[in-house]
Amino acid sequence: MQRLIFAFIAGGFFGAGLFVSGMTDTAKVQGWLDVFGNWDPTLAFVMGGAMIPMAIAWLFTKGRRPVVGGDFPPPPEPRLGRNLIVGSALFGAGWGLAGLCPGPSVASLSYGGWPHWVFFGAMLVGMFAAPHVRAQLDRAVPAE
Amino acid sequence: MELDWIWGLVGGLLIGTGGAVYLLANGRIMGASGIVGGLVDGTARGAAAYERLAFLAGVFLLPIVLKPIYRPFETHASTNIAVLVAAGLLVGIGTRIANGCTSGHGVCGMSRLSLRGIVATVFYILAGGLTVVLFRHMLGVI
Repeated sequence: MQRLIFAFIAGGFFGAGLFVSGMTDTAKVQGWLDVFGNWDPTLAFVMGGAMIPMAIAWLFTKGRRPVVGGDFPPPPEPRLGRNLIVGSALFGAGWGLAGLCPGPSVASLSYGGWPHWVFFGAMLVGMFAAPHVRAQLDRAVPAE
Repeated sequence: MELDWIWGLVGGLLIGTGGAVYLLANGRIMGASGIVGGLVDGTARGAAAYERLAFLAGVFLLPIVLKPIYRPFETHASTNIAVLVAAGLLVGIGTRIANGCTSGHGVCGMSRLSLRGIVATVFYILAGGLTVVLFRHMLGVI
């Protein structure tokens, strides 16, 4: 139960932050990516602001355990690999096209109107298909 | 418009606080694509699934709570169905193949100086920038 309450609180902060920051406004996200247009710096402030509490939290994990028990995530995997690059490039293309990424797409469902539901539905289909796409990719180019 | 960066900073601090709570309390990395994706492809079951659903309920509900007291907002989303579907598919497939998105690789990964997080962020920003240049300035679709 404790785990569910903390998860809800964490999600609440995340949703509130996405809403307040303007990151559910696709024009602001595309405005940040559009260096040749009317460039909008907001996303850099959001990313910078988010990394401050997060960096402190990572420092705080040293020598401790999570409140509900268990272990903290293992140190980051050092290997990059093809999937990281290919996946991030595909994700970036979709992000630029619609101005939405997974977090803001959930946060904006209640007020963004039907286009947000269409994007969200397509994203779920993509996530469902991803393991198969990844398998195809591994078969075509067995690099790893 | 001039105050947007302040709202961005405040919102960013809230996002990072959410990530800090999820990490310090539950011991989990706050990655939106992983949280949603694990529910969709069935890798998260039982207690792990309920934890994710509780997180997503918070993400979905807080904007509803804040909406009446917040300044005007508009999402300016495209109404071109082909664009929305293509973008959704690319985001869904791409984030799961890369094992992370703006929150997981960006916020959580870069804040612990993860090389994977930094490289992923460089690539999705480059791809996003190129896509906007191509589809907005050259093709005029978005």
